[in-house]
Amino acid sequence: MKMNSELLNKNAAVNKSVKLSTKGVNLYYGNFQALRNITLDIPQCAITAVIGPSGCGKSSFLRIFNRMNDLITGARVEGQVELAGINIYDRSIDVVELRKRVGMVFQKPNPFPMSVFENVAFGPKRHGKNNVGELEDIIERSLHQAALWDEVKDKLGQSALSLSGGQQQRLCIARVLAVEPEVILMDEPCSALDPVATLKIEDLMRSLAENYTIVIVTHNMQQAARVSDTAAFLMMEEDRAGVLVEYGPTSELFTNPKDKRTEDYITGRFG
Amino acid sequence: MRAGVISKRQLSQRTAFSLLITATIIVILPVLAIVIQIIVSGADAISLEFLTEAPSQAGKAGGILPAIVGTFYLMLGTIIVALPLGVMAGIYLTEYARDNWFTRSINLAIVNLAGVPSIVYGLFGLGVFVLLFHFGMSLLSASLTLACQALAMTVTTSREAILAVPREYREGSLAVGATRWQTIRHLVLPQALPGIITGAVLAMSRAAGETAPILVVGAAFLLPGLPQSPFDQFMALPYHLYTVAAHIPGMARSTMWGVALVLLVVVLSFNVLATVIRLRARQRRYSS
Repeated sequence: MKMNSELLNKNAAVNKSVKLSTKGVNLYYGNFQALRNITLDIPQCAITAVIGPSGCGKSSFLRIFNRMNDLITGARVEGQVELAGINIYDRSIDVVELRKRVGMVFQKPNPFPMSVFENVAFGPKRHGKNNVGELEDIIERSLHQAALWDEVKDKLGQSALSLSGGQQQRLCIARVLAVEPEVILMDEPCSALDPVATLKIEDLMRSLAENYTIVIVTHNMQQAARVSDTAAFLMMEEDRAGVLVEYGPTSELFTNPKDKRTEDYITGRFG
Repeated sequence: MRAGVISKRQLSQRTAFSLLITATIIVILPVLAIVIQIIVSGADAISLEFLTEAPSQAGKAGGILPAIVGTFYLMLGTIIVALPLGVMAGIYLTEYARDNWFTRSINLAIVNLAGVPSIVYGLFGLGVFVLLFHFGMSLLSASLTLACQALAMTVTTSREAILAVPREYREGSLAVGATRWQTIRHLVLPQALPGIITGAVLAMSRAAGETAPILVVGAAFLLPGLPQSPFDQFMALPYHLYTVAAHIPGMARSTMWGVALVLLVVVLSFNVLATVIRLRARQRRYSS
């Protein structure tokens, strides 16, 4: 019943170098423990899916990588979280610089109430890029990468809020790409979108995975099976949240789960 | 259900509706009555001379220009002090302050600030600005006094306007590596601006209407000219209205109403200005 996560980690990372890794990570919100002793390696330039039932700590897990949990009063992380071998919870780490390297896309599309152009330019401008020509290049490149350019190239000056939900989410992806991150965290990026828009985002993720390390939280197991290379199954046991049950290549996790609980979950017996 | 028969439910529905609309009308009636009364009674007094000349014969003749200008100066002085301080405190309280006893006591103090009677602010201003700081009975002392009073409002409205900016925006900004201050400066504040402006203008309107606090820190009953520096005494519309109405025997009624009308127009025009600014900001936000 108890799985050997060390072994699975080795399997998961066998072909690619490790981009992100956690070592014995515990996360607390005050007295509540949201993650329990999580150790895993996330491969570079691949898509890692985090699946599990609601409230099991998926989003909390995702947010340890760009230290978004720092914003929550009483949140506390134990253990090591490494980005390319560097502990990101070290006191010498500049959180702002970290978040530039580790971008995030949220559950609900959250374009800023400004023009399409300004949305994408927001990050680069904050990092000191003010040259209009340079910004235009960045915006065109980012929107191309986010597969949105053709749809918005004639309305860069329009409000981002006038775009459709799927376009808004791709705009948010472009906004993240504009600061040239290494990792993109996605917190249920399609949960507010229709199936067509969802497929577009999934295609986009596949093409982005050639150059970026992507970690996606999803409650949609078909999505995890479709897009991800490796998958982690988090669970909530009785009153214990944030238990990593199984982690490994997606194909193995879905076709030949090593843990009974994983099998039960992916076959829809609970959750 | 037969036509012409009103069921019990419909009856209670109609009763509730009538009661509510009656209450609403009762609420706006006094406001309407006041405005109509002031316009009807005061319109006769309004003339070019009334608006552009200094008073003579203890306010019985001449105009009220010094009072109009004094009130504008007061509003300006108040907002120059109260707005930046209020916005900065609002930002600190919403974005930086941790929830501890210190923050809680600041919040409590701000709530109580709004409840302090205005004459108490006047006495405070007299003690601190006029006497301690030697600003004398002056426009400066009065502006600072009114600013203290206005702070309660500018802090509260700034804080509420900032809190109303969705958390998703802040997260989106932080997630692309913007600092907290950049997030505030480039995302939160522009969003909160219409709310902040509304609060500021309300604070200005209130400052324009205050009589008690300025009474003891520099408002003069009669001045031949306009204040030349912040250290001069000044006239103000509400105080002028108070004196011509209560202390000058044989004052023409239309003159009193005229002063009231001008005061009302000053305050209302500022409110309209605020509304226009807010609407334009909103339009720009959605159609840019």
